[in-house]
Amino acid sequence: MTTNLVYVITVGVLIAAGVTMLLERSLTRVLMGVILFGNGVNLLILSGGRLGAPPIAGTDTGEPLADPLPQAMILTAIVITLGVSAFLLAMAYRSWQLVGHDEVRDDVEDRRIAGLAARDQGLDTGDGDVPAGRTGDDRDQDGHDGPEAP
Amino acid sequence: MTYLVPMPVIMPLLAAALTLLLGRRPRLQRAVSVAVLGAVLAVAAALLVLTSRHGPLVVEVGGWAAPLGIVLVADRLAALMLVVSATVTLAVLVYSIGQGMADGEEEAPLSVYHPTYLILSAGVANAFLAGDLFNLYVGFEILLVASYVLLTLGGTETRVLLGTTYVVVSLLSSLVFLTGLGLVYAATGTLNLAQLAGRLDALPEDIRLILQAVLLLAFGIKAAVFPLSAWLPDSYPTAPAPVTAVFAGLLTKVGVYAIIRAETLLFPGGPIAGPLLVLALLTMLVGILGAVAQSRIKRLLSFTLVSHIGFMLFGIGLAGPPGLAAAIFYAVHHIVIQTTLFLAAGLVERRGGTTDMDRLGGLARISPLLGVVFLVPALNLAGIPPFSGFLGKVGLLQAGVADGSPLAWTLVAGGLVTSLLTLYAVARVWDRVFWRAPHAEMPGPDDTVHTVRARAGREPYPDSADHAGAMLPRLMVGPTVALTVVSVALTAVAGPLFELSGAAAADLLERVPYVRAVFPEGAP
Repeated sequence: MTTNLVYVITVGVLIAAGVTMLLERSLTRVLMGVILFGNGVNLLILSGGRLGAPPIAGTDTGEPLADPLPQAMILTAIVITLGVSAFLLAMAYRSWQLVGHDEVRDDVEDRRIAGLAARDQGLDTGDGDVPAGRTGDDRDQDGHDGPEAP
Repeated sequence: MTYLVPMPVIMPLLAAALTLLLGRRPRLQRAVSVAVLGAVLAVAAALLVLTSRHGPLVVEVGGWAAPLGIVLVADRLAALMLVVSATVTLAVLVYSIGQGMADGEEEAPLSVYHPTYLILSAGVANAFLAGDLFNLYVGFEILLVASYVLLTLGGTETRVLLGTTYVVVSLLSSLVFLTGLGLVYAATGTLNLAQLAGRLDALPEDIRLILQAVLLLAFGIKAAVFPLSAWLPDSYPTAPAPVTAVFAGLLTKVGVYAIIRAETLLFPGGPIAGPLLVLALLTMLVGILGAVAQSRIKRLLSFTLVSHIGFMLFGIGLAGPPGLAAAIFYAVHHIVIQTTLFLAAGLVERRGGTTDMDRLGGLARISPLLGVVFLVPALNLAGIPPFSGFLGKVGLLQAGVADGSPLAWTLVAGGLVTSLLTLYAVARVWDRVFWRAPHAEMPGPDDTVHTVRARAGREPYPDSADHAGAMLPRLMVGPTVALTVVSVALTAVAGPLFELSGAAAADLLERVPYVRAVFPEGAP
């Protein structure tokens, strides 16, 4: 199977840009990353079929046909990416509603250790005698703030 | 009898639509969900009997013949996993209904809970039955999207913020999987698992290795294999107790199932078994060391979950019939045990008002039954004889000893250390939560859920007039007890179960039954 170089480079650039965006803190940028990455992968799948030819059998022009299966798979993948993007957008919006930004939070364990270090240096942020690791938002890490339903 | 094969996927999907329509009639909604998941369990049991008698069952979805159309394949492994997953999902559903009924039904998210939960179970079933790599991807996506909704149920601050990690990591794993799919298709021209089995063998060794690595990377994230496991303990504990229980029991095991399929049907042998064993060792040790350091029950259990994925990977990495059989047995055992433990943790949280071990105590005196439903699965997890955890671990260790390589011996030692540390971790929970004198803040016998919540500085449940706010509603305790009984019963049926997983492992390694079931005249 052959493919063409411009195509391969496009896939590479899209995926590289997608990964870079995925590593950002803001959920909106992460979403952009997911979309770029997803499109890169879709093009990669497309190159698994024959590029540039029509996927429709029966035209009978003597030209080679492209493999329709990768195109069908891409359609499915696009639909899934669409749904997931909508969900991520909703999450980013909800996060913005709740805390005013959509940044992904630090690891729970990281925050615990940072809290311990801060306490050791006497930099406790006014929580008084509450032991570090149980301060602020960490208290809620087991989901205590919300309705316990269902 | 092949019409039974797609039922575990179709029935929950249709029921999901129905329960969505019935959103305003909770009683009917609950009846439909329970009835359908009960039916799925019956179908799964029938499939298990049929496949062990007649070999794998194949359905060509849409009527198109195999390499062109999509097939669903139920072999012994898939049927066994279906039975266990149906048992667990049904029990957890009843538990969540009990919780919902005891707390009042007024909350808005409840109307989406049942449809989403059913879709999750359809996705899990689809992943188990997929005879096609792309269909496996679709199954994963179905269950993942459902799990995103369940994890962020209610859209509260903690769940949205901590759920983000889970969603982003899962998305990344899906994209990696999709990349793998594209590469596999480009290299072989097919995605049908049975056809791939032959065509991948014909590829050059280096290309095979790349494809295998990409797919294992994707499955490894889903199965929470170290170093791809950091997302799990952060995100699972935030969800409602029943959701965490079903995630912990099932979702990682779907990843393990995919690894088993990939390692047996697609890439048997090969140079990756050694690295897999190393990862298994690291997963076991790093996971359990994380668990030992925790002070919250749900987080601690999440770490033990990661740790015990290592045991299954150990069996898969040994790549022989005894190792694989033990891994399958262990997966069955672990699904039941981990779910039970999380359900018990949910009950502890309800009774004690928190999962923080520093603020709990004396629960064994307050509620002996709760003590039993925690202690039995906890000892089982740690591998105390005569429970199934012990038998599974013995199977794995025997397979490791029989293998005899230095790496296998290291893993045997690592497995023993992990078991000991697991025992230490759960004994600490037992000691602090159940055994010692009740903590000053612990609720007394006269407290209700509402006073407990008020004392913890949280909002009481919305409306307390029309329900008692019972501390431990029967419908929540019942499924937990039932799963505990199932987990103990695994010991009683350990002989047949080991035979079954042995037969499943033999089928998997032989590959012929699977391929012949899909292509009776040989793969094209």
